[in-house]
Amino acid sequence: MSEWWTYTLSDFLLFSPRTYYRLFEIYNVAIWPAQIVAFALALVLLALVWRRRVVGRPAILAILAILTVCWLWVAVVFLAHRYATINWAAVYFAWGFGLQSVLLLISCLGLFRTERAPEAQSLPGRRAGMAILLFALLVEPFAGVLFGRGWMATEIFGLAPDPTAIATLGILLVAPVRRRGYRMVIPLIWCAISGATLLAMKSPDAWVPIGAAALAGEEAFRQSRALRRIRETAAS
Amino acid sequence: MGIGAGMFVGSGSEAGEKSMRQNDALTRRSFLASCAAVAAATALRPSAASASGPAKTATPRGALLTRPIPSSGEDLPVVGLGSWITFNVGDDPAGRDACAEVMRAFFHEGGRLIDSSPMYGSSQEVIGYGLHKLGLPSQLFSSDKVWTSSAGSGAAQVEETRRHWGVTRLDLLEVHNLTAWEEHLPSLFAMKKAGRLRYVGVTTSEGRRHDELESIMRTQPIDFIQVSYNALDRDVEERILPLARDRRIGVICNRPFRRGELIRRVERAPLPSWAGEIDCRSWAQVLLKFIVSHPAVVCAIPATSRVDHVRENVGASYGRLPDESLRRRIAVHVEKI
Repeated sequence: MSEWWTYTLSDFLLFSPRTYYRLFEIYNVAIWPAQIVAFALALVLLALVWRRRVVGRPAILAILAILTVCWLWVAVVFLAHRYATINWAAVYFAWGFGLQSVLLLISCLGLFRTERAPEAQSLPGRRAGMAILLFALLVEPFAGVLFGRGWMATEIFGLAPDPTAIATLGILLVAPVRRRGYRMVIPLIWCAISGATLLAMKSPDAWVPIGAAALAGEEAFRQSRALRRIRETAAS
Repeated sequence: MGIGAGMFVGSGSEAGEKSMRQNDALTRRSFLASCAAVAAATALRPSAASASGPAKTATPRGALLTRPIPSSGEDLPVVGLGSWITFNVGDDPAGRDACAEVMRAFFHEGGRLIDSSPMYGSSQEVIGYGLHKLGLPSQLFSSDKVWTSSAGSGAAQVEETRRHWGVTRLDLLEVHNLTAWEEHLPSLFAMKKAGRLRYVGVTTSEGRRHDELESIMRTQPIDFIQVSYNALDRDVEERILPLARDRRIGVICNRPFRRGELIRRVERAPLPSWAGEIDCRSWAQVLLKFIVSHPAVVCAIPATSRVDHVRENVGASYGRLPDESLRRRIAVHVEKI
């Protein structure tokens, strides 16, 4: 691609918006009643972090296990088997989601090896995380309906990539997962890819994944800077 | 019928006579235009009957306009069917059936050339589905591409493409966006020599890599090039199209409507009165006739997912074409909108 600067976002769009949203309609019909299970898992996630200043180790274990399964499901069932039929790049996305699933699994297994007590997250961080999480679990599935698309094209946490990535960013701000930054990279990249795709389609909800990623990234950066400052103060 | 003097605006062809009757009177401008068209047509292959069955069928609109492939003389209708984005509907049964109906209308109107690429997602499979549903129409001219940077996987990709289409042999294979063309072209020439392929070409889009394209046109025995060309994107008029004529290379034009952007732009303005002089009922037909009236162009390949649009597009394969002065006027008019 020697003249890469001549390309625009729309040059990389392989399908029409209609085809993209039909994909979710067909997918939702094919996997029914998995949506009920996914929604139940979303409620469990919320219950595990709701109004908790310190999220305990069993809760983190359950959260990571749920996220591991969700990322793996989206990788295999949605990206590799569905999205890849209209976007050849989806195979690579599936590998990315699979890698995220492995990273979450490693975090999960790591909990058995550490005796360190879970740390409390900062209040602003928890608030931002909860806002992102609540949005991904309860608002985003209905965003399509608000923008005039049918119920059948609903994108649900644990089954569709966008709410899964955004909810994961929210969870990682709320729950004290070790090496959190590494676990945020793939969800952030996905939000950028999805936002670019939706922008190319001139979809009104293009700013949802981009905004969620910006908020989560900024908050994670702010928290890590504050933590570094605390450590530097303690060391001195 | 092949494009000749008779098909240009103000000419005395069957289609022209019919249209003139409709337009009541021959204007001074169209008379001058027809004189210019006669002069222009002397540089083209003389008007001849179409070589293929359905494409020859006369309709109330007159005969289908075709253009000979320079390397063989085989006639192709001047409007083909692209599949970029529009045919990439994945496994959606409703989407596949809708595309099959677009193909049915395309063939019914006299179309022949359908174009795709391995880059276009499921488009090849959807074309194959449509062809199977329509009983593999005999007039099909299959045009596809090789798109892999790995020279070793080119043959496997070509075979997969052929299987997706469900044909015994592809008519035309082009190297997509000049990707690894040094490796792929010798393989394609070998396929052609062995009778497993009829034509070979290379493609670019949106004005990219024209220097390299020119070099290939000068040195390689290709039958076709595919470039972006429309009333606004006319860079190829300077060097590429004249060179194609000199080297007897057929030109297929992609992005005739700039992926719909050009249509949306011109439809803000009313259809000019002179559109009737070239038998156009819509802006889409004006834009297509601008492209296919260039003497180097074999066909344009607009993509659509709608039956009414494909009928409208193929409608540009009938009636009179703009002469050089009207072509300039179309370009200026579209630029001003």
